[in-house]
Amino acid sequence: MTQPTQTPITAPRDVAAVKMTDIKKSYGGVHALKGVSLTIRPGTIHALIGENGAGKSTLLKILQGVVIPTEGSIEVFGEHLTAVSPENSRRLGIGMIFQDLSLIPTLTIAQNIFLNREPRRMSLLVDERREVEDAAKVIGELNLNVDPRTRVLALSPGQAQLTEIAKAISQKARVLILDEPTSALSAQEVDILFKMLRKLTADGTAIVYVSHRMTEIMTIADEITILRDGQNVTSGNIADFTLDTIVQNMVGKRVTGFEYKPHEIDRGTQPALKVRSLSGKHGKPNDVSFDLYRGEVLGIAGLMGAGRTELARVLFGVDAKADGTVELDGKVLEFRSPAEAIEAGIVLVPESRHDQGLVIEHTVGHNLSLPQLAQLASGPFLDRRRERDLSAELISRLRIKTPDADNKVRNLSGGNQQKIVIAKWLATDPSVVILDEPTAGVDIGSKAEIVELIRSIASGGKSVIVISSEPAELLATSDRILVLSNGRLAREISRSEIDAWATTEGDESQSSMIRVELGLQVAIQKASQNVH
Amino acid sequence: MATSSKPWYGNWRDHVVYIGFVAIFIVFAILLHDRGFLSPNNLLNVLRQTAIIAIMAMAMSFVLSAGEIDLSVGAIAGLTSVVAGMVLMQYGLVPGIVAGLCLGLVVGAINGALTAYLNIPSFLVTLGMMGIARGVGMWVSGTSPVPVIDDTFIYAFGSGNIGPIPILVIWVVVLGTIAHLAIRKTPFGRKVMAAGGNPIAALYSGVNVRRVKFQVLMITGVAAAIAGMLYAGRLQSGRFQLGEGDELSVIAAVVLGGTSLFGGRGTVVGSVVGALLIGIINNGLILGGLEYSQQLIARGMLIILAVAIGRGR
Repeated sequence: MTQPTQTPITAPRDVAAVKMTDIKKSYGGVHALKGVSLTIRPGTIHALIGENGAGKSTLLKILQGVVIPTEGSIEVFGEHLTAVSPENSRRLGIGMIFQDLSLIPTLTIAQNIFLNREPRRMSLLVDERREVEDAAKVIGELNLNVDPRTRVLALSPGQAQLTEIAKAISQKARVLILDEPTSALSAQEVDILFKMLRKLTADGTAIVYVSHRMTEIMTIADEITILRDGQNVTSGNIADFTLDTIVQNMVGKRVTGFEYKPHEIDRGTQPALKVRSLSGKHGKPNDVSFDLYRGEVLGIAGLMGAGRTELARVLFGVDAKADGTVELDGKVLEFRSPAEAIEAGIVLVPESRHDQGLVIEHTVGHNLSLPQLAQLASGPFLDRRRERDLSAELISRLRIKTPDADNKVRNLSGGNQQKIVIAKWLATDPSVVILDEPTAGVDIGSKAEIVELIRSIASGGKSVIVISSEPAELLATSDRILVLSNGRLAREISRSEIDAWATTEGDESQSSMIRVELGLQVAIQKASQNVH
Repeated sequence: MATSSKPWYGNWRDHVVYIGFVAIFIVFAILLHDRGFLSPNNLLNVLRQTAIIAIMAMAMSFVLSAGEIDLSVGAIAGLTSVVAGMVLMQYGLVPGIVAGLCLGLVVGAINGALTAYLNIPSFLVTLGMMGIARGVGMWVSGTSPVPVIDDTFIYAFGSGNIGPIPILVIWVVVLGTIAHLAIRKTPFGRKVMAAGGNPIAALYSGVNVRRVKFQVLMITGVAAAIAGMLYAGRLQSGRFQLGEGDELSVIAAVVLGGTSLFGGRGTVVGSVVGALLIGIINNGLILGGLEYSQQLIARGMLIILAVAIGRGR
């Protein structure tokens, strides 16, 4: 790929920048890493690829020093890392750019960049002038043309992301880890970032690049390592890979999928939900139109930042729409709050059950009755018996594992907590149920149950929208899949197309379920490429 | 996964205020026996002194449970005593009472609207309102007390007895019952807890969180107005200084009673007992012959101790 330029060398090039050998890590009895090796050469961009749960983030946390491996050795520029700790990793020049921003919103750009290593004046006072000047230099290189004295909370997501990157760069890291750095960036900002990364590698910096956007990886990476189920699958020069081979290696032959059960949907009738040219206030969603029929499950796929959650928020009345119409059973809906959406018959199982779905310090029963309080009242009082009956019925119908309705939600497992969020809505007898990442952080057994539950909600005559990052889950539940990219509807995939993948994708040695999953992964990647 | 078989009484820390009340009562009963702590007169006196704080504490339970705070209750009480007293003198009993209640409603609505609809933290809104209400009370009264001479008013608001029972105690029992039912047994109470426990989840569940926050601040406004009229009836005059510092006693009583300062959990009965606990501590320290400075120190330490024991909730 690129020829290293003859700039002054700031890092030795003859040894590997990072050499992690046979790293193992287990949590209790669970083996997150089963002997992973990773070698990153100075002056290269190394893509680290794998599905959720493949072990990428554990491996990177070990490199950062936050997680201590059970076994294995780590060398950074030939220096053996004896004790794994954040201080040691930092001392050896490992810098990380976090996916969830690690900036302090109330401080300025300059204050954030130099946090805990402020330039001093008379060794006591912060030299604010130099701080601002130095910060201006760093963000200028990233073409971030904002006053460094601006508070981070006033920045756009893209600008905040660039600030985060500037912070890591200014620490003169010899190894830079970027985890999904472009999810909040515009196409233009991505270009600037890539130019910057090229400049850094020319100086000998090694970069670990994690992303689900394969097209980006094909553009920027020099080398690639693919992980699956806590093991190395393959490593090599990016030029030897194609989009299809990368996805193939990621997915492998594992069987975690759930079978899709075909069923009849009457698309001749009027659609239950009719969405036309729907746009949100910040460009996501952007001009999205679709129909949803009674008894149908519509899957929404897309990469991080595609605007899937934003679509759900607009449909549920959390965010106001900027344009477009939503019709439910032929009635045009105009609402500005979730309360009005619920009243109309649209409910949302939000992506974060802790922050948005549950009051975890309250009991199972109180959480279940929360959307139904008005209906459960008799006179001025809450009818406690009806409330108890309701929760007892929901607990047994959804097989929620709890000693009783008076148990605090906090004490339940993720799967059972998620069932409570779903159950509280079923009681309101909605027309449209939207589920955003319904099986995130849920064990495999509950996952199967939730997939089954989604199917049964639809066959009960309701319309369902499932937003998910897991292709297997979308394939098991959806009668149709929409792919969003950058807020727009990039592609609609029918069930017959999906069925065709079982013979056209992958090869004969793979099960049809895996071949279909390959087809979806490739379709999402290609659709995202067109619009970004 | 699922938990713990818990004993019938639940977690003892949830009942610290009741345990503390009984313990301190027994200690004072023994130590201060010869100083008349247990005499009916002294005990009724404690009830009288505590009643007004208890009434504001009931309302404050709603506000804290909803994740807000109201620092203006004491000042509203002072202002109401003045305004109700003046209207009473000019236009008679009913207009006086109506004016007092309306004043509480209006001030509460302003607090609520600024907090809920303009997103100004209630701490700041009510801190500002505390000054405004106190200032207006001072201004309209010309800093002098307003005499209250209507016998019915004096009887009903504070000074009367029904049989041996002070009418103030009746007020506490009646309002306390209503507030307890409202917080524990109605959909509204549940919404208050949800709004304070996790406002986003409450919003996503269809609860109108803004309206709940507006309503709880109305409740403290009205309760403070009633407290102001009780002050006026008991002292037979309206004064702008009345209720000064009450906001802190009220918040201490509520938190002592087991309501979370951060929202999501609250009780009315606990708040009333919390107020009583502070009342007997004050009374015991006075009977014990402590100087005012010593009383302040001892009371402060006892409150910190009680809250520390009940911590981890």
